[in-house]
Amino acid sequence: MLILGIETATVKAGCAIGGHEGVLASAHSGKAKRHAENLTPAIEFICGQAGIELGEIGLVAVDVGPGLFTGLRVGVATAKAIAFGLRVPMIGVSSLDLLAFPVRFSNRLIVTAIDARRGELYYAFYRQVPGGVQRLGEHQIGSPDDLASQLLASPDEILLVGDGANRYAEAFEGLAKVELVAHDHCHPSAESLVQLAHARALREEFERPDAIEPIYLRRPDAEINWSVRDAR
Amino acid sequence: MPADAASPRLLGGAAAGSDALVLGIETSCDETAAACVRGGTDVLSSVVSSQVDLHAKYGGVVPEIASRAHNELIIPVVARAMVEAGVDGRRIDAVAATTGPGLIGALLVGVSAAKALALTWDVPFVSVNHLEAHLYAALLEDPHLELPMVVLLVSGGHTMLVLMEDHGRYRILGQTLDDAAGEAFDKVARFLGLGYPGGPAIDREAMDGDPEAVRFPRSMIDDGLDFSFSGLKTAVVNHVRANPDVSTPDVAASFQAAVVDVLVAKARRAAAETGARALAIGGGVAANSLLREQFLTACTDDGLHAFLPSRAMCTDNAAMIASAGWYRLRDDGPSPLSTGADPNLRLTSHR
Repeated sequence: MLILGIETATVKAGCAIGGHEGVLASAHSGKAKRHAENLTPAIEFICGQAGIELGEIGLVAVDVGPGLFTGLRVGVATAKAIAFGLRVPMIGVSSLDLLAFPVRFSNRLIVTAIDARRGELYYAFYRQVPGGVQRLGEHQIGSPDDLASQLLASPDEILLVGDGANRYAEAFEGLAKVELVAHDHCHPSAESLVQLAHARALREEFERPDAIEPIYLRRPDAEINWSVRDAR
Repeated sequence: MPADAASPRLLGGAAAGSDALVLGIETSCDETAAACVRGGTDVLSSVVSSQVDLHAKYGGVVPEIASRAHNELIIPVVARAMVEAGVDGRRIDAVAATTGPGLIGALLVGVSAAKALALTWDVPFVSVNHLEAHLYAALLEDPHLELPMVVLLVSGGHTMLVLMEDHGRYRILGQTLDDAAGEAFDKVARFLGLGYPGGPAIDREAMDGDPEAVRFPRSMIDDGLDFSFSGLKTAVVNHVRANPDVSTPDVAASFQAAVVDVLVAKARRAAAETGARALAIGGGVAANSLLREQFLTACTDDGLHAFLPSRAMCTDNAAMIASAGWYRLRDDGPSPLSTGADPNLRLTSHR
Protein backbone atom coordinates (compact mmCIF):
# COMPACT_ATOMS: atom_id res chain seq x y z
CA MET A 1 0.00 0.00 0.00
CA LEU A 2 1.31 3.46 -0.92
CA ILE A 3 1.20 6.06 1.84
CA LEU A 4 1.17 9.86 1.44
CA GLY A 5 2.58 11.61 4.51
CA ILE A 6 1.90 15.31 5.22
CA GLU A 7 3.76 17.18 7.94
CA THR A 8 3.27 20.90 8.70
CA ALA A 9 3.49 21.18 12.49
CA THR A 10 6.51 23.51 12.71
CA VAL A 11 8.08 26.28 10.62
CA LYS A 12 9.46 23.58 8.31
CA ALA A 13 7.02 21.47 6.33
CA GLY A 14 7.25 18.41 4.15
CA CYS A 15 5.51 15.58 2.42
CA ALA A 16 6.60 12.10 1.41
CA ILE A 17 5.36 9.02 -0.42
CA GLY A 18 6.36 5.52 0.59
CA GLY A 19 5.30 1.99 1.41
CA HIS A 20 6.77 -1.34 2.34
CA GLU A 21 9.89 -0.56 0.27
CA GLY A 22 10.50 2.61 2.28
CA VAL A 23 10.26 6.22 1.16
CA LEU A 24 10.00 6.72 -2.62
CA ALA A 25 10.00 10.52 -2.77
CA SER A 26 9.86 13.50 -0.46
CA ALA A 27 9.96 17.30 -0.49
CA HIS A 28 10.71 19.79 2.27
CA SER A 29 10.50 23.49 2.76
CA GLY A 30 13.24 25.35 4.57
CA LYS A 31 12.02 27.61 7.33
CA ALA A 32 9.79 29.13 4.69
CA LYS A 33 6.42 28.99 6.43
CA ARG A 34 3.93 29.70 3.60
CA HIS A 35 2.80 26.09 4.03
CA ALA A 36 -0.58 26.82 2.42
CA GLU A 37 1.04 28.00 -0.81
CA ASN A 38 3.69 25.28 -0.99
CA LEU A 39 2.03 22.10 0.21
CA THR A 40 -0.31 21.15 -2.66
CA PRO A 41 2.31 21.86 -5.39
CA ALA A 42 4.83 19.82 -3.37
CA ILE A 43 2.46 16.85 -3.24
CA GLU A 44 1.99 17.10 -7.00
CA PHE A 45 5.78 17.28 -7.38
CA ILE A 46 6.56 14.18 -5.28
CA CYS A 47 3.93 12.15 -7.12
CA GLY A 48 5.87 12.95 -10.29
CA GLN A 49 9.19 12.10 -8.61
CA ALA A 50 7.81 8.76 -7.37
CA GLY A 51 6.29 8.07 -10.77
CA ILE A 52 2.79 7.52 -9.43
CA GLU A 53 -0.66 9.03 -9.79
CA LEU A 54 -2.18 10.50 -6.62
CA GLY A 55 -5.06 8.04 -7.14
CA GLU A 56 -2.70 5.15 -6.35
CA ILE A 57 -2.33 6.34 -2.74
CA GLY A 58 -4.07 3.95 -0.35
CA LEU A 59 -3.54 5.77 2.95
CA VAL A 60 -3.01 9.39 3.99
CA ALA A 61 -0.90 9.97 7.10
CA VAL A 62 -0.70 13.37 8.77
CA ASP A 63 1.22 14.99 11.60
CA VAL A 64 -1.53 16.10 14.02
CA GLY A 65 0.76 18.16 16.25
CA PRO A 66 1.13 19.62 18.77
CA GLY A 67 2.63 22.51 16.84
CA LEU A 68 1.88 25.90 15.31
CA PHE A 69 -1.90 26.09 14.96
CA THR A 70 -2.32 27.67 11.53
CA GLY A 71 0.35 25.57 9.82
CA LEU A 72 -0.98 22.44 11.46
CA ARG A 73 -4.48 23.11 10.14
CA VAL A 74 -3.14 23.59 6.61
CA GLY A 75 -1.67 20.09 6.73
CA VAL A 76 -4.63 18.47 8.45
CA ALA A 77 -7.22 20.10 6.14
CA THR A 78 -5.18 19.12 3.07
CA ALA A 79 -4.73 15.54 4.28
CA LYS A 80 -8.39 15.12 5.19
CA ALA A 81 -9.50 16.49 1.81
CA ILE A 82 -7.20 14.13 -0.12
CA ALA A 83 -8.35 11.12 1.96
CA PHE A 84 -11.98 12.15 1.45
CA GLY A 85 -11.45 12.70 -2.28
CA LEU A 86 -9.73 9.34 -2.74
CA ARG A 87 -12.01 7.53 -0.27
CA VAL A 88 -9.02 6.11 1.61
CA PRO A 89 -8.38 5.88 5.37
CA MET A 90 -6.07 8.06 7.43
CA ILE A 91 -3.59 7.73 10.26
CA GLY A 92 -2.71 10.68 12.51
CA VAL A 93 0.69 10.75 14.21
CA SER A 94 1.89 13.13 16.91
CA SER A 95 4.68 15.58 16.03
CA LEU A 96 6.55 14.67 19.24
CA ASP A 97 6.40 10.95 18.35
CA LEU A 98 7.81 11.83 14.92
CA LEU A 99 10.74 13.66 16.49
CA ALA A 100 11.61 10.68 18.70
CA PHE A 101 11.53 8.12 15.88
CA PRO A 102 14.79 9.01 14.02
CA VAL A 103 16.82 9.05 17.29
CA ARG A 104 15.39 5.73 18.52
CA PHE A 105 18.72 3.84 18.39
CA SER A 106 19.62 4.88 21.89
CA ASN A 107 19.24 3.36 25.33
CA ARG A 108 18.84 6.79 26.83
CA LEU A 109 15.55 8.38 27.80
CA ILE A 110 14.45 10.37 24.73
CA VAL A 111 12.74 13.72 25.34
CA THR A 112 11.29 15.68 22.42
CA ALA A 113 10.41 19.37 22.68
CA ILE A 114 8.74 21.57 20.06
CA ASP A 115 8.59 25.35 20.25
CA ALA A 116 5.06 26.33 21.36
CA ARG A 117 5.86 30.10 21.16
CA ARG A 118 5.01 32.45 24.05
CA GLY A 119 7.97 31.09 26.01
CA GLU A 120 6.58 27.56 26.20
CA LEU A 121 7.34 24.09 24.84
CA TYR A 122 5.32 21.05 23.86
CA TYR A 123 7.19 17.97 25.12
CA ALA A 124 6.99 14.24 25.79
CA PHE A 125 9.19 11.36 27.05
CA TYR A 126 10.09 8.16 25.15
CA ARG A 127 11.84 4.80 25.54
CA GLN A 128 13.27 2.67 22.77
CA VAL A 129 11.27 -0.51 22.12
CA PRO A 130 11.83 -3.12 19.38
CA GLY A 131 11.00 -1.46 16.05
CA GLY A 132 10.43 2.04 17.39
CA VAL A 133 9.79 4.14 20.45
CA GLN A 134 7.11 4.13 23.13
CA ARG A 135 5.78 7.34 24.65
CA LEU A 136 5.81 7.45 28.46
CA GLY A 137 2.72 9.43 29.46
CA GLU A 138 0.91 12.31 27.80
CA HIS A 139 2.03 15.28 25.72
CA GLN A 140 2.76 18.23 27.99
CA ILE A 141 3.01 21.99 27.65
CA GLY A 142 5.20 24.12 29.90
CA SER A 143 8.07 26.56 30.17
CA PRO A 144 11.70 25.51 29.47
CA ASP A 145 12.27 25.70 33.24
CA ASP A 146 9.35 23.31 33.87
CA LEU A 147 10.94 20.81 31.51
CA ALA A 148 14.45 21.39 32.91
CA SER A 149 13.27 20.59 36.43
CA GLN A 150 11.64 17.35 35.20
CA LEU A 151 14.89 16.40 33.46
CA LEU A 152 16.88 17.23 36.58
CA ALA A 153 14.64 14.94 38.65
CA SER A 154 15.18 11.99 36.29
CA PRO A 155 17.85 9.39 37.19
CA ASP A 156 18.36 8.58 33.47
CA GLU A 157 20.81 9.68 30.82
CA ILE A 158 18.72 11.84 28.47
CA LEU A 159 18.74 12.67 24.76
CA LEU A 160 16.87 15.96 24.19
CA VAL A 161 15.67 16.77 20.66
CA GLY A 162 13.52 19.34 18.88
CA ASP A 163 13.41 22.97 17.72
CA GLY A 164 12.01 23.98 21.11
CA ALA A 165 14.92 22.36 22.93
CA ASN A 166 17.35 24.19 20.67
CA ARG A 167 15.63 27.53 21.01
CA TYR A 168 15.88 27.41 24.79
CA ALA A 169 19.23 25.56 24.87
CA GLU A 170 20.52 27.71 27.75
CA ALA A 171 17.85 26.22 30.06
CA PHE A 172 19.31 22.71 29.55
CA GLU A 173 23.04 23.38 29.14
CA GLY A 174 23.89 23.00 32.82
CA LEU A 175 22.20 19.60 33.16
CA ALA A 176 24.94 16.93 33.43
CA LYS A 177 23.00 13.93 32.11
CA VAL A 178 21.35 15.71 29.20
CA GLU A 179 22.66 15.77 25.65
CA LEU A 180 21.01 18.21 23.26
CA VAL A 181 20.75 16.88 19.69
CA ALA A 182 21.90 19.47 17.15
CA HIS A 183 19.72 21.16 14.58
CA ASP A 184 19.72 18.42 11.92
CA HIS A 185 17.02 16.37 13.67
CA CYS A 186 15.09 19.20 15.29
CA HIS A 187 11.93 19.18 13.11
CA PRO A 188 9.47 16.30 12.57
CA SER A 189 10.03 14.71 9.16
CA ALA A 190 7.57 13.48 6.56
CA GLU A 191 9.79 10.40 5.98
CA SER A 192 9.44 9.38 9.64
CA LEU A 193 5.71 9.94 9.29
CA VAL A 194 5.46 7.54 6.36
CA GLN A 195 7.54 4.90 8.19
CA LEU A 196 5.54 5.16 11.42
CA ALA A 197 2.24 5.16 9.55
CA HIS A 198 3.32 2.08 7.62
CA ALA A 199 3.91 0.19 10.87
CA ARG A 200 0.50 1.24 12.14
CA ALA A 201 -1.17 0.39 8.84
CA LEU A 202 0.11 -3.18 9.21
CA ARG A 203 -1.78 -3.26 12.51
CA GLU A 204 -4.80 -1.72 10.73
CA GLU A 205 -4.98 1.25 13.11
CA PHE A 206 -6.94 3.33 10.58
CA GLU A 207 -8.98 6.46 11.28
CA ARG A 208 -11.77 8.17 9.37
CA PRO A 209 -10.96 11.60 7.85
CA ASP A 210 -13.62 13.31 9.96
CA ALA A 211 -12.12 11.83 13.15
CA ILE A 212 -8.70 13.44 12.60
CA GLU A 213 -8.17 16.72 14.48
CA PRO A 214 -5.05 18.60 15.55
CA ILE A 215 -3.72 18.18 19.09
CA TYR A 216 -3.81 21.78 20.36
CA LEU A 217 -2.96 21.42 24.11
CA ARG A 218 -3.78 25.12 24.47
CA ARG A 219 -7.26 26.61 24.42
CA PRO A 220 -8.08 29.70 22.35
CA ASP A 221 -7.16 32.87 24.28
CA ALA A 222 -10.76 34.09 24.29
CA GLU A 223 -11.89 30.91 26.07
CA ILE A 224 -9.11 31.22 28.63
CA ASN A 225 -9.91 34.89 29.27
CA TRP A 226 -13.59 34.04 29.55
CA SER A 227 -13.07 31.34 32.16
CA VAL A 228 -10.77 33.67 34.12
CA ARG A 229 -13.49 36.31 34.03
CA ASP A 230 -16.11 33.71 35.00
CA ALA A 231 -14.09 32.61 38.00
CA ARG A 232 -13.89 36.10 39.46
CA MET B 1 9.35 23.03 -2.08
CA PRO B 2 9.18 24.08 -5.71
CA ALA B 3 6.42 26.63 -6.14
CA ASP B 4 6.75 26.43 -9.91
CA ALA B 5 5.48 22.85 -9.84
CA ALA B 6 2.04 24.42 -9.67
CA SER B 7 1.57 25.40 -13.26
CA PRO B 8 -2.08 26.15 -14.02
CA ARG B 9 -3.92 23.16 -15.35
CA LEU B 10 -5.31 23.19 -18.83
CA LEU B 11 -9.04 23.29 -18.96
CA GLY B 12 -10.64 19.95 -19.60
CA GLY B 13 -13.53 19.76 -22.04
CA ALA B 14 -16.17 19.48 -19.35
CA ALA B 15 -14.73 22.25 -17.21
CA ALA B 16 -14.72 24.69 -20.08
CA GLY B 17 -18.32 23.85 -20.93
CA SER B 18 -21.19 26.08 -19.93
CA ASP B 19 -22.72 23.34 -17.78
CA ALA B 20 -19.58 22.79 -15.71
CA LEU B 21 -20.29 21.66 -12.16
CA VAL B 22 -18.37 23.72 -9.61
CA LEU B 23 -17.89 22.78 -5.96
CA GLY B 24 -17.64 26.02 -3.96
CA ILE B 25 -16.06 26.31 -0.51
CA GLU B 26 -16.37 29.29 1.86
CA THR B 27 -14.57 29.65 5.23
CA SER B 28 -13.68 33.35 5.41
CA CYS B 29 -15.43 34.13 8.70
CA ASP B 30 -17.76 32.10 10.93
CA GLU B 31 -19.75 30.04 8.41
CA THR B 32 -18.36 26.78 7.04
CA ALA B 33 -20.09 26.36 3.68
CA ALA B 34 -19.99 24.19 0.57
CA ALA B 35 -22.21 24.13 -2.50
CA CYS B 36 -22.56 22.45 -5.87
CA VAL B 37 -23.58 24.82 -8.67
CA ARG B 38 -23.92 23.87 -12.33
CA GLY B 39 -23.35 26.37 -15.12
CA GLY B 40 -22.90 29.32 -12.75
CA THR B 41 -26.57 29.63 -11.79
CA ASP B 42 -28.11 26.20 -11.18
CA VAL B 43 -27.74 25.54 -7.44
CA LEU B 44 -27.85 21.78 -6.83
CA SER B 45 -26.99 22.10 -3.15
CA SER B 46 -25.89 24.76 -0.67
CA VAL B 47 -24.88 23.72 2.84
CA VAL B 48 -24.03 26.31 5.51
CA SER B 49 -22.89 25.34 8.99
CA SER B 50 -23.00 28.47 11.14
CA GLN B 51 -20.74 28.78 14.15
CA VAL B 52 -22.74 31.70 15.54
CA ASP B 53 -23.48 29.83 18.78
CA LEU B 54 -19.76 29.24 19.39
CA HIS B 55 -19.02 32.97 19.22
CA ALA B 56 -22.18 34.42 20.78
CA LYS B 57 -20.92 34.66 24.35
CA TYR B 58 -17.84 36.61 23.21
CA GLY B 59 -20.00 39.17 21.37
CA GLY B 60 -18.08 38.68 18.12
CA VAL B 61 -16.17 36.19 16.02
CA VAL B 62 -13.08 34.77 17.77
CA PRO B 63 -10.58 33.89 15.01
CA GLU B 64 -8.94 30.88 16.69
CA ILE B 65 -12.31 29.36 17.63
CA ALA B 66 -13.53 29.91 14.06
CA SER B 67 -10.43 28.25 12.56
CA ARG B 68 -10.77 25.19 14.79
CA ALA B 69 -14.43 24.81 13.95
CA HIS B 70 -13.77 25.14 10.19
CA ASN B 71 -11.17 22.40 10.42
CA GLU B 72 -13.69 20.07 12.11
CA LEU B 73 -16.60 20.93 9.83
CA ILE B 74 -15.01 21.29 6.40
CA ILE B 75 -15.13 17.65 5.29
CA PRO B 76 -18.61 16.85 6.69
CA VAL B 77 -19.99 20.02 5.06
CA VAL B 78 -18.41 19.23 1.67
CA ALA B 79 -19.63 15.63 1.92
CA ARG B 80 -23.17 16.80 2.65
CA ALA B 81 -23.18 19.28 -0.24
CA MET B 82 -22.15 16.48 -2.60
CA VAL B 83 -24.72 14.03 -1.24
CA GLU B 84 -27.50 16.62 -1.50
CA ALA B 85 -26.48 17.36 -5.08
CA GLY B 86 -26.34 13.65 -5.82
CA VAL B 87 -22.80 13.80 -7.22
CA ASP B 88 -19.49 12.15 -6.40
CA GLY B 89 -15.97 13.43 -7.02
CA ARG B 90 -15.85 12.18 -10.61
CA ARG B 91 -18.66 14.58 -11.55
CA ILE B 92 -17.05 17.73 -10.15
CA ASP B 93 -15.47 19.87 -12.93
CA ALA B 94 -13.75 22.49 -10.76
CA VAL B 95 -13.27 23.46 -7.12
CA ALA B 96 -13.61 27.14 -6.13
CA ALA B 97 -12.75 28.63 -2.75
CA THR B 98 -12.74 32.04 -1.08
CA THR B 99 -9.11 33.19 -0.83
CA GLY B 100 -9.92 36.56 0.79
CA PRO B 101 -10.74 38.93 2.30
CA GLY B 102 -11.42 37.41 5.72
CA LEU B 103 -9.73 35.86 8.75
CA ILE B 104 -6.41 34.38 7.62
CA GLY B 105 -6.55 31.21 9.75
CA ALA B 106 -10.14 30.56 8.72
CA LEU B 107 -9.50 31.19 5.02
CA LEU B 108 -6.53 28.80 4.97
CA VAL B 109 -8.68 25.82 6.03
CA GLY B 110 -11.00 26.22 3.05
CA VAL B 111 -8.23 27.10 0.58
CA SER B 112 -6.15 24.09 1.68
CA ALA B 113 -9.08 21.68 1.42
CA ALA B 114 -10.17 23.09 -1.96
CA LYS B 115 -6.71 22.89 -3.52
CA ALA B 116 -6.29 19.33 -2.19
CA LEU B 117 -9.64 18.27 -3.68
CA ALA B 118 -8.78 19.87 -7.03
CA LEU B 119 -5.44 18.04 -7.07
CA THR B 120 -7.08 14.75 -6.05
CA TRP B 121 -9.80 14.91 -8.68
CA ASP B 122 -7.43 16.43 -11.28
CA VAL B 123 -9.71 19.39 -11.98
CA PRO B 124 -9.04 23.17 -11.97
CA PHE B 125 -8.83 25.15 -8.73
CA VAL B 126 -10.41 28.62 -8.84
CA SER B 127 -9.57 31.42 -6.40
CA VAL B 128 -12.60 33.58 -5.54
CA ASN B 129 -12.75 37.02 -3.95
CA HIS B 130 -15.41 36.98 -1.22
CA LEU B 131 -16.64 40.47 -2.15
CA GLU B 132 -16.95 39.55 -5.82
CA ALA B 133 -18.94 36.48 -4.78
CA HIS B 134 -21.44 38.69 -2.91
CA LEU B 135 -22.02 40.53 -6.22
CA TYR B 136 -22.66 37.19 -7.91
CA ALA B 137 -25.21 36.30 -5.24
CA ALA B 138 -27.49 38.81 -6.99
CA LEU B 139 -26.96 37.32 -10.46
CA LEU B 140 -27.38 33.82 -9.04
CA GLU B 141 -30.92 34.53 -7.92
CA ASP B 142 -31.86 36.93 -10.71
CA PRO B 143 -30.01 36.08 -13.96
CA HIS B 144 -31.98 38.81 -15.75
CA LEU B 145 -30.32 41.65 -13.86
CA GLU B 146 -28.92 44.10 -16.39
CA LEU B 147 -25.36 45.38 -16.22
CA PRO B 148 -24.10 47.88 -15.33
CA MET B 149 -25.58 47.59 -11.88
CA VAL B 150 -24.75 49.13 -8.52
CA VAL B 151 -24.45 46.79 -5.57
CA LEU B 152 -24.65 47.96 -1.98
CA LEU B 153 -22.61 45.43 -0.02
CA VAL B 154 -23.32 45.61 3.71
CA SER B 155 -22.10 43.06 6.24
CA GLY B 156 -20.26 42.77 9.54
CA GLY B 157 -16.96 43.24 7.76
CA HIS B 158 -17.79 45.46 4.79
CA THR B 159 -19.84 48.45 3.72
CA MET B 160 -19.30 49.47 0.12
CA LEU B 161 -20.98 50.60 -3.06
CA VAL B 162 -19.69 48.81 -6.11
CA LEU B 163 -20.41 49.47 -9.78
CA MET B 164 -20.40 46.16 -11.65
CA GLU B 165 -19.85 47.21 -15.26
CA ASP B 166 -19.49 43.69 -16.60
CA HIS B 167 -18.33 40.29 -15.39
CA GLY B 168 -14.95 40.85 -13.77
CA ARG B 169 -15.13 44.64 -14.14
CA TYR B 170 -15.78 46.55 -10.92
CA ARG B 171 -15.43 50.06 -9.61
CA ILE B 172 -15.66 50.81 -5.89
CA LEU B 173 -17.75 53.97 -5.63
CA GLY B 174 -17.61 54.37 -1.89
CA GLN B 175 -16.88 52.49 1.32
CA THR B 176 -16.89 52.94 5.05
CA LEU B 177 -14.20 55.09 6.57
CA ASP B 178 -14.49 53.40 9.98
CA ASP B 179 -16.97 50.74 11.18
CA ALA B 180 -18.87 48.46 8.81
CA ALA B 181 -22.67 48.80 9.08
CA GLY B 182 -23.00 45.29 10.54
CA GLU B 183 -20.29 46.09 13.05
CA ALA B 184 -22.30 49.14 14.17
CA PHE B 185 -25.36 46.88 14.63
CA ASP B 186 -23.27 44.45 16.73
CA LYS B 187 -21.77 47.18 18.90
CA VAL B 188 -25.06 48.98 19.51
CA ALA B 189 -26.85 45.68 20.22
CA ARG B 190 -24.17 44.73 22.74
CA PHE B 191 -24.44 48.17 24.39
CA LEU B 192 -28.24 47.85 24.59
CA GLY B 193 -27.91 44.31 25.99
CA LEU B 194 -29.72 42.75 23.02
CA GLY B 195 -27.19 39.98 22.37
CA TYR B 196 -25.23 38.72 19.36
CA PRO B 197 -25.47 38.80 16.39
CA GLY B 198 -26.66 42.40 16.60
CA GLY B 199 -28.43 42.72 13.23
CA PRO B 200 -31.37 40.36 13.85
CA ALA B 201 -31.52 41.46 17.52
CA ILE B 202 -31.96 45.14 16.63
CA ASP B 203 -34.33 44.29 13.78
CA ARG B 204 -36.61 42.44 16.27
CA GLU B 205 -36.35 45.08 18.99
CA ALA B 206 -37.08 47.90 16.51
CA MET B 207 -40.42 46.31 15.54
CA ASP B 208 -41.87 47.66 18.81
CA GLY B 209 -40.14 51.04 18.70
CA ASP B 210 -40.68 54.47 17.17
CA PRO B 211 -38.04 55.22 14.52
CA GLU B 212 -38.60 58.94 15.00
CA ALA B 213 -38.27 58.90 18.79
CA VAL B 214 -34.65 60.01 18.68
CA ARG B 215 -33.11 61.94 15.79
CA PHE B 216 -29.67 60.31 15.52
CA PRO B 217 -27.14 61.82 13.09
CA ARG B 218 -27.11 60.69 9.45
CA SER B 219 -23.34 60.95 9.03
CA MET B 220 -22.12 62.27 5.66
CA ILE B 221 -25.54 61.67 4.12
CA ASP B 222 -25.08 64.49 1.59
CA ASP B 223 -21.34 64.12 1.31
CA GLY B 224 -20.00 61.75 -1.36
CA LEU B 225 -20.46 58.00 -1.45
CA ASP B 226 -18.28 56.99 1.50
CA PHE B 227 -19.80 55.98 4.82
CA SER B 228 -19.04 56.57 8.49
CA PHE B 229 -20.84 54.83 11.35
CA SER B 230 -18.62 55.29 14.38
CA GLY B 231 -20.15 58.69 15.22
CA LEU B 232 -23.63 57.19 15.15
CA LYS B 233 -22.62 54.47 17.59
CA THR B 234 -21.18 57.12 19.92
CA ALA B 235 -24.37 59.19 19.61
CA VAL B 236 -26.45 56.16 20.69
CA VAL B 237 -24.22 55.54 23.69
CA ASN B 238 -24.29 59.21 24.72
CA HIS B 239 -28.06 59.45 24.32
CA VAL B 240 -28.75 56.37 26.46
CA ARG B 241 -26.32 57.52 29.15
CA ALA B 242 -27.98 60.95 29.26
CA ASN B 243 -31.48 59.42 29.25
CA PRO B 244 -31.31 56.22 31.29
CA ASP B 245 -35.09 55.74 31.16
CA VAL B 246 -35.31 55.84 27.37
CA SER B 247 -37.20 52.96 25.74
CA THR B 248 -34.81 50.39 24.25
CA PRO B 249 -37.15 49.60 21.31
CA ASP B 250 -37.25 53.34 20.49
CA VAL B 251 -33.45 53.57 20.54
CA ALA B 252 -33.10 50.43 18.41
CA ALA B 253 -35.68 51.68 15.89
CA SER B 254 -34.16 55.17 15.74
CA PHE B 255 -30.63 53.80 15.32
CA GLN B 256 -31.76 51.41 12.60
CA ALA B 257 -33.59 54.23 10.78
CA ALA B 258 -30.43 56.35 10.81
CA VAL B 259 -28.31 53.55 9.31
CA VAL B 260 -30.89 52.65 6.68
CA ASP B 261 -31.48 56.30 5.66
CA VAL B 262 -27.78 56.72 4.92
CA LEU B 263 -27.42 53.39 3.10
CA VAL B 264 -30.44 53.95 0.87
CA ALA B 265 -29.67 57.63 0.12
CA LYS B 266 -26.13 56.81 -1.01
CA ALA B 267 -27.17 53.74 -3.02
CA ARG B 268 -29.72 55.86 -4.93
CA ARG B 269 -27.21 58.58 -5.58
CA ALA B 270 -24.64 56.01 -6.76
CA ALA B 271 -27.13 54.57 -9.24
CA ALA B 272 -28.07 58.04 -10.51
CA GLU B 273 -24.45 59.19 -10.88
CA THR B 274 -23.37 56.09 -12.81
CA GLY B 275 -26.48 55.62 -14.92
CA ALA B 276 -26.88 52.07 -13.64
CA ARG B 277 -29.93 50.09 -14.74
CA ALA B 278 -30.20 47.95 -11.65
CA LEU B 279 -29.57 48.31 -7.95
CA ALA B 280 -28.86 45.31 -5.74
CA ILE B 281 -28.01 44.75 -2.11
CA GLY B 282 -25.98 41.95 -0.58
CA GLY B 283 -24.28 40.91 2.67
CA GLY B 284 -25.69 40.04 6.08
CA VAL B 285 -27.23 43.50 6.72
CA ALA B 286 -29.30 43.06 3.52
CA ALA B 287 -31.50 40.77 5.64
CA ASN B 288 -32.62 43.80 7.69
CA SER B 289 -36.39 44.35 7.32
CA LEU B 290 -36.34 48.15 7.20
CA LEU B 291 -33.46 48.24 4.71
CA ARG B 292 -35.28 45.82 2.41
CA GLU B 293 -38.50 47.84 2.56
CA GLN B 294 -36.90 51.25 1.97
CA PHE B 295 -34.60 49.88 -0.70
CA LEU B 296 -37.55 48.55 -2.72
CA THR B 297 -39.46 51.82 -2.37
CA ALA B 298 -36.43 53.80 -3.55
CA CYS B 299 -35.91 51.59 -6.59
CA THR B 300 -39.58 51.85 -7.54
CA ASP B 301 -39.45 55.65 -7.22
CA ASP B 302 -36.28 55.87 -9.34
CA GLY B 303 -37.37 53.33 -11.98
CA LEU B 304 -34.51 50.96 -11.23
CA HIS B 305 -34.56 47.18 -11.52
CA ALA B 306 -34.23 46.20 -7.85
CA PHE B 307 -32.67 43.04 -6.55
CA LEU B 308 -33.27 41.84 -3.00
CA PRO B 309 -31.53 38.56 -2.24
CA SER B 310 -33.27 35.84 -0.27
CA ARG B 311 -32.21 35.91 3.35
CA ALA B 312 -30.13 32.75 2.85
CA MET B 313 -28.21 34.44 0.05
CA CYS B 314 -27.51 37.57 2.15
CA THR B 315 -25.30 35.78 4.62
CA ASP B 316 -22.10 33.98 3.73
CA ASN B 317 -22.70 30.87 1.64
CA ALA B 318 -20.80 28.79 -0.89
CA ALA B 319 -23.34 28.87 -3.73
CA MET B 320 -22.18 32.41 -4.50
CA ILE B 321 -18.55 31.21 -4.35
CA ALA B 322 -19.26 28.42 -6.84
CA SER B 323 -21.15 30.86 -9.08
CA ALA B 324 -18.39 33.49 -9.05
CA GLY B 325 -15.90 30.65 -9.56
CA TRP B 326 -17.73 29.48 -12.67
CA TYR B 327 -17.53 32.97 -14.26
CA ARG B 328 -13.91 33.35 -13.19
CA LEU B 329 -12.98 30.00 -14.71
CA ARG B 330 -14.80 30.82 -17.93
CA ASP B 331 -13.18 34.24 -18.28
CA ASP B 332 -9.72 33.86 -16.74
CA GLY B 333 -9.04 30.12 -16.48
CA PRO B 334 -7.84 28.25 -13.39
CA SER B 335 -5.76 29.61 -10.51
CA PRO B 336 -2.41 28.00 -9.66
CA LEU B 337 -2.19 25.44 -6.85
CA SER B 338 0.40 27.74 -5.23
CA THR B 339 -2.38 30.24 -4.46
CA GLY B 340 -2.56 31.24 -0.79
CA ALA B 341 -5.04 33.28 1.21
CA ASP B 342 -5.02 37.08 1.45
CA PRO B 343 -6.89 38.49 4.47
CA ASN B 344 -6.89 41.97 2.87
CA LEU B 345 -7.73 40.97 -0.69
CA ARG B 346 -9.23 43.93 -2.53
CA LEU B 347 -12.02 43.94 -5.06
CA THR B 348 -10.38 44.86 -8.35
CA SER B 349 -11.24 44.33 -11.98
CA HIS B 350 -9.55 41.32 -13.51
CA ARG B 351 -10.69 41.77 -17.07
